[in-house]
Amino acid sequence: MNELVFFINKVLISGAVIGSIYAMGAIGVTLIFSILRFAHFAHGDLMTTGAFVTLFLTAMFPEAGHAVGLPTAFVMMPFAMVITSFLAIGLDKAFYKPLREANVKPVVMVMASIGVTLMLQGVVRIFFGTSSRNLFVDDRKEIFRLELPWELASRKIIITEPQVLLFVFTIVAVVALHYFLTRSRLGKAMRATSDNADLARISGINTKTVVTVTWVIAGCLATAAGTLLSLDVALKPDLSFQILLPIFAAAIVGGVGHPYGAVIGGFVVGFAETLAVFNWAILLRPLEKAYEWDLPSNLALVPTEYKITVPFFILIAILVLKPTGILKGQVL
Amino acid sequence: MAIIETKNIHGGYGGMNILNGVNMSIEQGEVGVIIGANGAGKSTSLKAIFGLLNVTEGAIELNGENITNQAPHLLVEMGMAFVPQEKNVFVSMTVEENLEMGAFLRKDNFKSTLDSVYHYFPDLKDKRYQPAGELSGGQRQMVAMGRALMIEPKVLLLDEPTAGLSPLYMNEIFDRVVAINKEGVGILMVEQNAKQALAIAHKGFVLAAGRNRFTDTGENLLNDPEVAKSFLGG
Ligand SMILES: Nc1ncnc2c1ncn2[C@@H]1O[C@H](COP(=O)(O)OP(=O)(O)OP(=O)(O)O)[C@@H](O)[C@H]1O
Ligand SMILES: [Mg+2]
Repeated sequence: MNELVFFINKVLISGAVIGSIYAMGAIGVTLIFSILRFAHFAHGDLMTTGAFVTLFLTAMFPEAGHAVGLPTAFVMMPFAMVITSFLAIGLDKAFYKPLREANVKPVVMVMASIGVTLMLQGVVRIFFGTSSRNLFVDDRKEIFRLELPWELASRKIIITEPQVLLFVFTIVAVVALHYFLTRSRLGKAMRATSDNADLARISGINTKTVVTVTWVIAGCLATAAGTLLSLDVALKPDLSFQILLPIFAAAIVGGVGHPYGAVIGGFVVGFAETLAVFNWAILLRPLEKAYEWDLPSNLALVPTEYKITVPFFILIAILVLKPTGILKGQVL
Repeated sequence: MAIIETKNIHGGYGGMNILNGVNMSIEQGEVGVIIGANGAGKSTSLKAIFGLLNVTEGAIELNGENITNQAPHLLVEMGMAFVPQEKNVFVSMTVEENLEMGAFLRKDNFKSTLDSVYHYFPDLKDKRYQPAGELSGGQRQMVAMGRALMIEPKVLLLDEPTAGLSPLYMNEIFDRVVAINKEGVGILMVEQNAKQALAIAHKGFVLAAGRNRFTDTGENLLNDPEVAKSFLGG
């Protein structure tokens, strides 16, 4: 029984945590691709930047969370989302819009976004230094230990408050995005622009507004993902490089340009990672005696330090087997 | 005063100029028909009017107001609608969503317009929840036309609305065009079925190499032996 609890903690909860983060990042990447037609490589840094904005606000008002009984950083997150959205729109105006208007090839946009990545990394380090930061400034992380009602299960299921907040936020965000895209006027305009930008303009849709909304959604989700991930572990300025590959893998696995695909892709990559580094020896241990096996102490598919290779292999596999992704890509 | 007029417009897609002086003008409630060989610049002329092309010389006027290089969404607001020749539906959206997008700028209730579009094109009503990408070429053409009508335009630009349609549907579209025009909508359309189109046209414009070759009433062009020889298939 304890082995099962271990599995739940190490695979189900961890996979769902990282899957939610990847999903939110991948939605942004996929939306930007479907409206602006380029791979936004600075997305990981939009996440770190958003998280640092949250850190800044949390440090400014360290007691704001006490009143509502939530982590202060979580209470500050919506404000950080607004600020980061403005920042994303500013980056677009300064760096991507001039290129777009000069009708450059998509690869030039990609290069520009790599430039923005490097710039954001520098800016974040100038203001916040290079060390790892804790988003709990004046409060501490609450950890829930859930007991299972069986006698054999002496271990407890462990889930932290930031993880619960992450799950709730992800579900709300995905449902809200779904209703936005299928029901609202602006959401439909976004789908129309993604489908056929010229026809959208001919129909009277102001595609500049659509571009702005795209940055707002991407900026908000990136901030949320960055903040909630940092709340769960720690905020590091180099977070973005670790997260960029899995996010792009998730977007491609799901089908580029497909927000629901991005959600699926995020969880596929997230669970694949946790399953790959999970030590299966622990689950098999009860059988060891019965069958007189000689199990090695570690039976993970991939050593933890090589976790980053998992999305890479998934990416290669999907590009070879089903290049369009799980849901057919290219349109919203 | 002309409801829509192009005055000696020049322009292209960034490289060489495609349009080298196009002059067209229709009055309120008239039908203008543009004919010409493939590559003559017919579609390019309509795109230029609708702000999808950089016009480098000349002017475009709507009711006497200069609209040269105006953003498309502003033109829609001024009562213009355009059905392009290609890629004229949102393939991933349902038929009804396509029509809704046509009414994007309308703040009032457009339910009655939707009903009248379904009344014009009953095929679409059965397929309303189907993605437009799953329709036949002719049905897509109806969606495209329906989308443009949703704004209840005063000026309608149509680029080969009957392309790929069976004769039955083709006549249906011509009837629709005449009916819409009877309601006072100015129509400027490109047509390959030159004879049939000129028969309903008040004005006709024959383009060649990006400029007017002949400009006259529809009737006069139909009876002009030179036009008949080169552009109406004898
Ligand atoms: N998007 C584009 N980019 C560059 N050149 C273009 C583009 N579209 C059309 N052209 C060029 O402009 C010229 C005129 O094309 P246009 O589409 O206006 O012809 P058309 O008269 O509508 O012909 P058709 O009867 O075949 O539709 C052609 O020589 C074509 O090569
Ligand atoms: Mg054409």
